[in-house]
Amino acid sequence: MKNYRLKRGYGVINVALFGLLVAGCSADKDSIAAVSEAVATDTVMDSIVVYSSRKEHLIQPVFAQFTEQTGIAVKYTTDKAGVLIERIKTEGQNSPADLLITVDAGNLGYAAAEGIFQPMKSAVINQNIAAHLRDDKDLWTGLSLRARTIVYSTERVRSSDLSTYQAIGQNQWQGRVCLRTSKKVYNQSLVAMLIAELGETKAEQTVASWVANLAIPPTSNDTKVMQAIAAGQCDIGIVNTYYFGRLQAQQPDLPLALYWPNQADDDNSGVHVNVSGGGILKHSKNPDQARRLLEWLASEQAQGLFAGLNKEYPVISSVAIDPQVISWGDFKQSSLSLSRAFQLQPAAVKLMDRVGYQ
Amino acid sequence: MIDFKRFSVWQFFLVIMSLPTALALVGVLTSWFNLDEALLSHLFQYVLPSALFNTVSLVIVVVMMTALIGVTSAWLTTICDFPGRRFFVWSLILPMAIPGYVMAFALVGALEYTGSLQTYARDSLGILAIFPEIKSFFGVALTLSLTLYPYTYLLVRNAFQTQGKRSLEVGQSLGLSARQSFFRVSLPLARPWIVGGSLLVIMETLADFGTVAVFNYDTLTSAIYKSWFSLFSFQSALQIASLLLMFVVVVSLLERQSRAKQNFSYQRGETEPSSRIVLSRVQGYLACLFCGCIFSIGFILPIGQLLAWAIPQLSLELTDQFWRYVIGSLSLSLLAMTIITGLALLLAFAARTEKGRLVNWAVRISTLGYALPGTVLAVGLLAPIAAIDHFLADIGFATPILQGSIVVMLLAYSVRFMAVAFSPIESNLLRVTPSIDSASRSLAVSGLGMLRRVHFPIIRVGVLTAMVLVFVDVMKELPITLMTRPFGFNTLAVRIYELSSEGLWQRAALPALAVVLVGLIPVIILMLRADKGQQS
Repeated sequence: MKNYRLKRGYGVINVALFGLLVAGCSADKDSIAAVSEAVATDTVMDSIVVYSSRKEHLIQPVFAQFTEQTGIAVKYTTDKAGVLIERIKTEGQNSPADLLITVDAGNLGYAAAEGIFQPMKSAVINQNIAAHLRDDKDLWTGLSLRARTIVYSTERVRSSDLSTYQAIGQNQWQGRVCLRTSKKVYNQSLVAMLIAELGETKAEQTVASWVANLAIPPTSNDTKVMQAIAAGQCDIGIVNTYYFGRLQAQQPDLPLALYWPNQADDDNSGVHVNVSGGGILKHSKNPDQARRLLEWLASEQAQGLFAGLNKEYPVISSVAIDPQVISWGDFKQSSLSLSRAFQLQPAAVKLMDRVGYQ
Repeated sequence: MIDFKRFSVWQFFLVIMSLPTALALVGVLTSWFNLDEALLSHLFQYVLPSALFNTVSLVIVVVMMTALIGVTSAWLTTICDFPGRRFFVWSLILPMAIPGYVMAFALVGALEYTGSLQTYARDSLGILAIFPEIKSFFGVALTLSLTLYPYTYLLVRNAFQTQGKRSLEVGQSLGLSARQSFFRVSLPLARPWIVGGSLLVIMETLADFGTVAVFNYDTLTSAIYKSWFSLFSFQSALQIASLLLMFVVVVSLLERQSRAKQNFSYQRGETEPSSRIVLSRVQGYLACLFCGCIFSIGFILPIGQLLAWAIPQLSLELTDQFWRYVIGSLSLSLLAMTIITGLALLLAFAARTEKGRLVNWAVRISTLGYALPGTVLAVGLLAPIAAIDHFLADIGFATPILQGSIVVMLLAYSVRFMAVAFSPIESNLLRVTPSIDSASRSLAVSGLGMLRRVHFPIIRVGVLTAMVLVFVDVMKELPITLMTRPFGFNTLAVRIYELSSEGLWQRAALPALAVVLVGLIPVIILMLRADKGQQS
């Protein structure tokens, strides 16, 4: 009886170990497949490790194509940006990672300030990507562009009623505005850019006037902002365009449209843009291959896929854009250097705390 | 001489057990050496007062709600008889299998103004505003209570099962009514279980980030993440985390102190199932209605919403990859369950055999990991592990050896979930009288032999409960899994996170349902096996 019970205990462990083996091996099979293809195309076999806060379903197809074309296998893991940066710092020189890919200039700036990147030294990137979308010390580069703009109800708002981000605070929008939580980095970067353009005092007045116009408490994500507008809880809001793109693809009849603010000729700002991007890690064992992946991601053939998978904008202008994205029209973007976003982000967060933007 | 040897082995074990958590705690506490005064003054002025108030009120309300739901339903299903009892005995555990943040996005998705139920009521039935606002304090508290009350329910049910009928009969022989003997005899006797369950609930509520984030409800945990991810100060994040820890240490010390002199053991032979109290017709239907309400809001509603989202997306998500997530989650949970329950059993036994301050502290520390937000704990553990890897690299090993290996994952899980496994086992060991230990020693059965041959049969249900709790908790766990998983290894929880954090709720619904389905397996096994020994 005793032995029987003991054996059963081992049985559970065996089953579990077997499961892990299956899960592990089947994961390996993919990279083996990729490797054998690489050998077949007669290129040098190699592999790099990527830490990414961009989610698996958005990077896996891109990496698969990279491996197919170059023979360089890509191993990756995903997590939140702050966690990955802390992990890279802790791992120090033993870190297996070669490349960090993350979203938002604030996170990229933070990683740069923590000293985990090395200069990219890439002529290709310098040539392909506009300077304000790169780090001024060459530590990271943007790889896709995301615009954060105004969305409005086509039933209750005429586009001529709208003009700038600041104007969302006007009295006519009292009780008609929906915003996402200030805890999301997209809003922090947006406010950081407002500080850069208007100065801290004016930016604080602007954000306070937004909060005063809120119809409902800040939502937990952009999609909820659009759903609230569609359901009539509010009339305008601020969202990233790709969330609008996804919702529009699912429900084309929703009475919503995008508006590009700050487009007047005498307005020297423009639509707030941010990037997803990456940089080569200081303790990379394989900086050349990592650079190759970055350059490939910044190339014409990869840009369509990398940006297109998420209905974002490519960082190089020569690439064809997704037809749905084109249908939203052209816009003038703010040309403030995104390196500033990180420097001003803590100020932006504190500002939003002060005006009670939750 | 022999005694001394045994003594030191157990003490050594206790110290080893508490070491990883202690290291993480030291990491948290050393953050105070490095103060960013400007940032701290901002936090103290604008962030912490409301975060602290929100946290305390949430903890209080959630503990009261979970105790109320947990104890009432445990009493009804264990001691009373009413229509549907056999169904509710096991079905009331099910909400536990739904991760907190999944419960949150499902309930909000169904009940908020733009949610499916309200939209349907508005557009198709023309009914306006009959729903209480879900995105409110009440909504957060309700959601957390629904995912957490099963902890109390399982533990307290176990208490009522092992209490024996004599405790009830004593009350009745003293002329107390059934209700009076419940409040004056049964409930006080179940106290270690109620308190144990409530402690788990408190720690889980303190550490929660995912659920409160869906409601945009700011707690201390939100403040931790704000300092770390938005204000880029990991130091002040750790400083806030140490506030959380202080809270838990105080509560758990108070609890220990208050029951130090009490004895909850029973004489063997008293645990034959008592005949149930048969409720009157009306009472019976009320009991059924109560359990039915809890089950409907805590399980049917969220599962219904998930199904409504998942079915149109089936072809997109039901891939080979999906089955890999299922196998990954299942095997990881099984392995962690076996190891953690085993360690908790040894820990509880060591704590019983050895007395003294060192033992007390070692036990307290080993079970503290549950109160830290998972991400903070994971990063805290990473530092010592990386240090070992650095050392191994220096003496010439190819690195990294530990990082990204399953060993680190299991170690981190043990630190995090020790409290979950320890609580039911410890409270069940209280049922074993010290005289049993002496009798066993006099028959030359001591040490592990005593644990296996004498204690184990008595605490079997407690061990099974611990296994279920750990299994389900590991299934739901996210931050540690995210950070420590080997390359290419994924679980259902990771998949849910990746999709839901991009706002793709519909696609996240299928892996969420799978977490619940897989989590059901051990719950059902528990009920079958626990019933074999003691009829439910």
